[in-house]
Amino acid sequence: MKNNSKICTADFIQGNIACAEGAIMAGCKFFAGYPITPASEIAHHLSKRMLEVEGTFIQTEDEISAIANIIGASWGGVKSMTATSGPGISLMLENIGLAVVTETPCVIINVQRGAPSTGSPSIHLQGDILQSKYGSQGDYQIIALAPASPQEMFDFTIEAFNLSEQYRTPVFVLSDSLIGHMRERVEFPHQTDLCLMKRKVLKHYQGIHQKIFLDEEVAPMPIFGEGLRANITGSTHKEDGFRNVSSPEILDNLIKKLSNKIFNHRKQIIRIEENDLDDAEVVIISYGLTSRAVLESVRIARKEGMKVGSFRPITLWPFPEEAIEDLSKQVRTIIVCENNLGQFYTFVKAAACENCQVRFLPPKILGTLYHPEEILSEVKEVI
Amino acid sequence: MEGMINHPLKKYFRGDINYTTCSGCGNGIISQAILWAIDGLGIDFNQFAFVSGIGCSGWIPSPSYNTDILHVTHGRSIAFATGLKLAIPRMKVLISVGDGDTAAIGGNHFIHACRRNIDLTVICVNNQIYGMTGGQVAPSTPYHSKTTTTPYGSIERPFDLSQVAISAGATMVARWTTFHARQLRKSIAKAILHPGFSFIEIISQCPVQYGKVIGKRNNAVDMLLEYKKNSIDFNKAKELPKDELENKILVGEFIENRDVPELTQEVKRLRKEAMHQCQK
Repeated sequence: MKNNSKICTADFIQGNIACAEGAIMAGCKFFAGYPITPASEIAHHLSKRMLEVEGTFIQTEDEISAIANIIGASWGGVKSMTATSGPGISLMLENIGLAVVTETPCVIINVQRGAPSTGSPSIHLQGDILQSKYGSQGDYQIIALAPASPQEMFDFTIEAFNLSEQYRTPVFVLSDSLIGHMRERVEFPHQTDLCLMKRKVLKHYQGIHQKIFLDEEVAPMPIFGEGLRANITGSTHKEDGFRNVSSPEILDNLIKKLSNKIFNHRKQIIRIEENDLDDAEVVIISYGLTSRAVLESVRIARKEGMKVGSFRPITLWPFPEEAIEDLSKQVRTIIVCENNLGQFYTFVKAAACENCQVRFLPPKILGTLYHPEEILSEVKEVI
Repeated sequence: MEGMINHPLKKYFRGDINYTTCSGCGNGIISQAILWAIDGLGIDFNQFAFVSGIGCSGWIPSPSYNTDILHVTHGRSIAFATGLKLAIPRMKVLISVGDGDTAAIGGNHFIHACRRNIDLTVICVNNQIYGMTGGQVAPSTPYHSKTTTTPYGSIERPFDLSQVAISAGATMVARWTTFHARQLRKSIAKAILHPGFSFIEIISQCPVQYGKVIGKRNNAVDMLLEYKKNSIDFNKAKELPKDELENKILVGEFIENRDVPELTQEVKRLRKEAMHQCQK
């Protein structure tokens, strides 16, 4: 969180609790969710805290209802959030598409677990990376942040709210069961030191064809109950919200404008953490929890005199294509470490355009932590 | 134009819209009943939000009504409306849905909203068929009906939606047909004022798709007359033998219970308690 904030207090807490506290600090006033391991602690904590800050907590009948509730609440003018795991996201996907298309700010926490299907609730996996980008039907851009610690679950939840408000769009936080349940020191800034974004809202009714959608610089949102006569639909629509499902030109306009709203601002949205890149011949790309094992491996490799660096996208989506392309021109080899069968790797390989060698290294057993030796022996093979 | 007078309900319309309903559709009667009810109550139209599902019923308010409209995914409108109502409890939130929205894909949201007794009004247009998608069997289609997906006749028994609502805990439930325009208007007005979950079921004609099933294709008038002939006040029905009730539509205001706690009020109460405990 680049808020230049001074530390107010600190605590030794679980990632999920840190996430819930981040939501409170970001000004979230509405939480809807359905119990699921390993995300339930977020709901437990917010069922108490939300009411203390005059907010609303609702345990819904299913995850479909949870996402629908937070979208409805967002149109009511409040910051809203849900938290779940992969199976819940699978149920939410149709309405996540609706949130994208109706340009509704909201935050979705995915504490990933072993998948596919019911999978392994308490095993950590980075298995839902592509689901968050491509899960709902059609072409659209999404923003997703990948924390690696309880501190980052706090920080990135606040950042997710900021991005969601700024770009009027749903934002994912892609955590996993290990970060969610891990206990570490979390530092809380003073509320007044935080920089919180507020959505651009429509102030006065501007006539039947008022422009409330599809502005690449983000259209003002007509909050319900203010006499703004909002005309909101999940069907293909024009800038004024009126539906038109027969014109390909209007469909084309919607898809491109919605996508460009995020894509054209990717330089402002994308955040990357780089270490030891200056003279690196080999660079390891990783994100989320995996990046911590990579950092340790790079530290050991450097001690042993190997020219190795690390590159960690904090925002997985939008994909940092230009940065990875530039990187591929500077180094001999990129190694992608992720706890899945190569979801991010495919994108990295495409972005590298064969400028350098790109290798994929999952942990020896999916769902376990990397041993630095696994990464080091791969590095030694290519250096 | 000189001599032209505006329809008294025109002020509630956004204007500049082409209407999409088929001729003879019951939507017009229901739309008028909703707007006359609101007109009679004298509540500022800006205080109303409408949430629409997918299907012909969604087009009653969306985008025609000149107030806040949220037209969402199939079956989920009650869930969206729950979030909206919890965020702005002062708003009157009405939901315009069909029998598919309510009883099939959205059945879960429907029964849970009844159970929560959240102050929402559901206007359920029950045309006993999937109209927009081409006349497929619905969970409300009578037993043995031949539809586009039941060419040999349906083998599943239909839901009685009003009874489902009552069993699930809704605190105001009424059923009318589109023949009962005046009674419908009164019940909708009552439902809007009712401080809890209200469910208004309207048996409505779809002359194009359901007309076909019962041999009255494109004949809205005959369908309405049939509703007149077959409807019976539910109180009177209690005294009649079972065989006389076959194929009858029981109509009336089934229940109105104002003593059950309402969800947004309960949230308010909890907030006070939570803040009180927090300060201790």
